[in-house]
Amino acid sequence: MIESWLPLVYLLSAAGFILAIKWMNSPATARRGVIVGEIGMLLAVVGTLLRAEVVSYQWILIAFVLGSAAGIPLAYLMPMTAVPQRTAFSHACGALAAALIGTAEYYQETPHGFIMGALIAETLLGFLTFTASLMAFGKLQEILPTRPITYKGQNIVNLSVLAIAIGLGVALVVSPEQSWLFPIFIALSLIFGVALIVPIGGADMPTVIALLNSYAGLSACAMGFVLNNRLLIIAGALDGSSGFILSIIMCRAMNRSFTNVLFGAFGQLQVSAAAATQKSVRSASPEEAAAILDSSSKVIIVPGYGMAVAQAQHKVRELYDALIKRGIEVQFAIHPVAGRMPGHMNVLLAEADVPYDKLSEMDDINGDFPAADVALVIGANDTVNPAAKHDKGSPIAGMPILDAYRARTVMVIKRSMNPGFAGIDNELYYMDNTLMLFGDAKAFVASIVKELGSNSDGH
Amino acid sequence: MTIDMEFGLYVFMLAAFLGFELIRRVSPLLHTPLMSLTNAISAIAVVGAIILTGAKEASTLTRVLGFIAVLASTTNVVSGYLITDRMLKMFKKRGSSK
Repeated sequence: MIESWLPLVYLLSAAGFILAIKWMNSPATARRGVIVGEIGMLLAVVGTLLRAEVVSYQWILIAFVLGSAAGIPLAYLMPMTAVPQRTAFSHACGALAAALIGTAEYYQETPHGFIMGALIAETLLGFLTFTASLMAFGKLQEILPTRPITYKGQNIVNLSVLAIAIGLGVALVVSPEQSWLFPIFIALSLIFGVALIVPIGGADMPTVIALLNSYAGLSACAMGFVLNNRLLIIAGALDGSSGFILSIIMCRAMNRSFTNVLFGAFGQLQVSAAAATQKSVRSASPEEAAAILDSSSKVIIVPGYGMAVAQAQHKVRELYDALIKRGIEVQFAIHPVAGRMPGHMNVLLAEADVPYDKLSEMDDINGDFPAADVALVIGANDTVNPAAKHDKGSPIAGMPILDAYRARTVMVIKRSMNPGFAGIDNELYYMDNTLMLFGDAKAFVASIVKELGSNSDGH
Repeated sequence: MTIDMEFGLYVFMLAAFLGFELIRRVSPLLHTPLMSLTNAISAIAVVGAIILTGAKEASTLTRVLGFIAVLASTTNVVSGYLITDRMLKMFKKRGSSK
């Protein structure tokens, strides 16, 4: 009875997922999107539980309880600055599930032909995404060194591992009975996942996380072909294209290609160049910075990963309030790759209650910088480096930047003069209209706010 | 190639194009919640995991792998949806807060 309605349940579930993504296009409808997505997932799960071939519930229910017990704290206790890590970890879970199902299917059914091909794609993508996401998690959580680790011939080694894994996969499609090949195939997929992330540095994480999102989706999609389940194909394809588009957007925002991100091992060549320059900079105290801000009429704040590291978003909001109270116009300029995942800065500022209509994208705000009295750069580096525009030799040449340098005064909050993550020297710091504000972003912004507060009493 | 596979490939192609069109319209403002939402959706693998784990004739290996798969995908689903909602709650327009 129920069986005959099942296709309809799955169809509704797929419609739920499509609407969920559609409604994500605006903050006004996005929460509705999450609810309809949840309903879609609920329909899929309940419908599947009611299938005739599902007869033993005990282990499924235990897994549901344990999974929820892990998932709920993961969602509510993680600070917002840790969202990239959580996302990476979540990718690892989803990919592991897909990979294990592929493995179990292989040993149970040993399918042939097209289905075996889909199964191989599912397991390869699943296992490599599993270890790659765990590696990304480790790097973002700083359990593992965040700098890219490279060695000579690395790309050749990585590509050979992948090539052998695919070769074994093809061999398994041709003769699925060669079951001794399967464990080797799994091991190589796992190793390739690790090797893929080893040379990736923090600045490239937004692209890589988006790409892993895409792989996890494609793995679920391949599972749809194995199980002949269209809901899985649709959900997986939506996720696959989503991750893919986001990673293309991230690549464009850095003027780099996919291959360059994955095999480029950024950050090595220019370390020597950075050390060579010794130019003078002007620095300022919180009092001076507050005085300049106080006398301005338009301020653009440029946040970067440094703001997230210092957990400075709430202090930045206080600064925003203090400036607004004085009738000063404040905008936030968000570079697409600021932070460690797409949209990272927006979430942090939203957490601190900065209204989202004050957050502007790069193309919308770049024209406003010449009219700004102050561009306040908080923990951003490469995304405001003018060298990207004119220095053909720079590793970030051609990368679109926020034109902070065109503001009347540029203030940069930075711990020290150490070059940023990519090890690239930033010309912005040596310009005549730049003031360096040395210190911890959170503490420095807090003292500016305090200064502004005491000033207003004296007025 | 059977009719099922052919049909599956058509579904895949259409869903992928639909995905491209939908995602292109999402504002960069919401890229992080979008990613955690699609991440939760990709845990639809839970469907496959339930079918395997709950099957009558499942071997011990299948049950163990299936059990881990249900566990992992449930974690993914639950944390994915909840954190997406938690993030979206924070996006407020000027004046509409508090």
